[in-house]
Amino acid sequence: MVNHAPNSKNFLFMMDLCKAYGEKVVLENVDLSVKARELCTVVGPSGCGKSTLLRLILGQEEPTRGVLLINGEPIGFPGPERGVVYQKYSLFPHLSVLQNVLLGKRLSAGLVERFRHAKEFRDEAMFFLAKMRLEEHCDKYPHELSGGMQQRVALAQSLIMKPKMLLMDEPFGALDPGTREDMQVFLLEMWEEFQMSIIFVTHDLEEAVFVGTRIIVLSQYYTDDRGPACNCRGARIVADYPLARKATSTMVKVQAEFGQLIQEIRHEGFDPDHRLHVAEFNLRHDDSFQTLTAEEYNPSNHTGANARAASG
Amino acid sequence: MTRAPKFWGIHAELSRTVQILAALLPFILLIATYFTVSYVRLSENPKDKLTPSIGQMASAVHMMAFTKDTRTGEYLMLTDTLSSLRRMSIGLGCAALVGLFLGLNMGMLPGPGATLLPMITFLSIIPPLSILPILFITFGVGELGKIMLIFLGGVFVITRDIYQTTQQMPREQVVKALTLGASQLQVLYQVILPQILPRLLVMVRLCLGGAWLFLIASEAIASTDGLGYRIFLVRRYLSMDVIIPYVLWITVLGFLMDTGLRLFVKWKYPWYAASQ
Repeated sequence: MVNHAPNSKNFLFMMDLCKAYGEKVVLENVDLSVKARELCTVVGPSGCGKSTLLRLILGQEEPTRGVLLINGEPIGFPGPERGVVYQKYSLFPHLSVLQNVLLGKRLSAGLVERFRHAKEFRDEAMFFLAKMRLEEHCDKYPHELSGGMQQRVALAQSLIMKPKMLLMDEPFGALDPGTREDMQVFLLEMWEEFQMSIIFVTHDLEEAVFVGTRIIVLSQYYTDDRGPACNCRGARIVADYPLARKATSTMVKVQAEFGQLIQEIRHEGFDPDHRLHVAEFNLRHDDSFQTLTAEEYNPSNHTGANARAASG
Repeated sequence: MTRAPKFWGIHAELSRTVQILAALLPFILLIATYFTVSYVRLSENPKDKLTPSIGQMASAVHMMAFTKDTRTGEYLMLTDTLSSLRRMSIGLGCAALVGLFLGLNMGMLPGPGATLLPMITFLSIIPPLSILPILFITFGVGELGKIMLIFLGGVFVITRDIYQTTQQMPREQVVKALTLGASQLQVLYQVILPQILPRLLVMVRLCLGGAWLFLIASEAIASTDGLGYRIFLVRRYLSMDVIIPYVLWITVLGFLMDTGLRLFVKWKYPWYAASQ
């Protein structure tokens, strides 16, 4: 059963994507299609496989089963077309701030090129550092910077490669609340300026709703027609909303509907005692679609209200 | 509120002066005991050789270090020191280079890792001194045999440690480098290698003790010069007046190497201490 037709032409496309580590199924039949330039946030209870999903998109791990395409092409090992920012370890401790930002340019240029374009590379790196308001810190080592500054360097380090897609794994998770809000606004500015697709994994719902243009809730708390005996369910996308981009101001966070949406998401994805049936998932986004197997969804089990909800 | 005691107990807070005095005390006691014993023994029997006085040791040092040897025309202590240091630096230097190369590749490339790790682990457990006869038979009793002993005594331990260090590098760093356009070789030699170098120097520092042991043992058995050769040679004449200054000299050399490496790591890799 399909809500919307799967569009494999979209920038990022996955269908029936599964990832299992031995017996443990982490992701099960994840269907997702994301347009280019979307800032897609991924939330979910801890252990739901958010980071696993990110590693699959990055090409760092291989899916157990399923389709995973970028621009219609199967995904390869990590490479310069997909940038990544981690919560930590994004920066190389042995390089200064400037060298960290320069690294991508230097690595992808040949030895001669590197020498010939040294000045251009440096200017470009300084341009990005200026954007991050870090010019005066360019000769420091990462350990001499605060957490927020480190993440800004990590962002510059990725942006200088102009990746089509930027993957972020709880990038602001270790920052204090004030710095965190600054970084969120900052990220939105960069996203608008550099026009890339971003997949942003976070465990903070407020952050996800504020930053994203689309929010995806990944959760292992759901049921299907396989019955309660089936304990092997991996997480899948239980909700998928478009988010209205109102302003790049943190003021929206205090509005009532903002809080309401967060409550709704928490109810749908984060409550082990309240499990949605696969047919009732809240897949409101235009690009979302769902493929279910006959065991997972058996229409003859569903009559009246349920069946109507499922087809709606 | 009770004051912290100056020296005793777990609450003690030692001032700088007390710290220095406390550190000096055992040395002073040791030296004082020695010279008391030496004085008593020499006044009973002026020909006693076991506990030479400071004057006897000074004249021995003068003989060894500042007088040309009549037979060879060389300053013996200088020749001994240079020969020993050469063996040590070649042996340990090669061990560090080979260990770095093997450990880095084994740690980053699962293929070579699976192939070599069990054998390297096995080889690193063999007590190096036990294969000294094999080395002397295969490589001769000349320089090569001695250098090989120091090399083999260090290389497997260093390889294993560098392997471990490389393995413990966060996977994120490798992925990050790849997303910045690095090739596989660049990841190994431009991203991981520079981060391993300070650990390699720390490892060399830790291997110095073992290297001295192997050096002196091999020089004692078969050599014509070297610090170890000299102390075992003069042992036949009970020349404690030479042996004691030589042992002190070896200690000073070891201390200088250890401190030198430590300060070099601190100066050259300021980020290293912060990342530990």
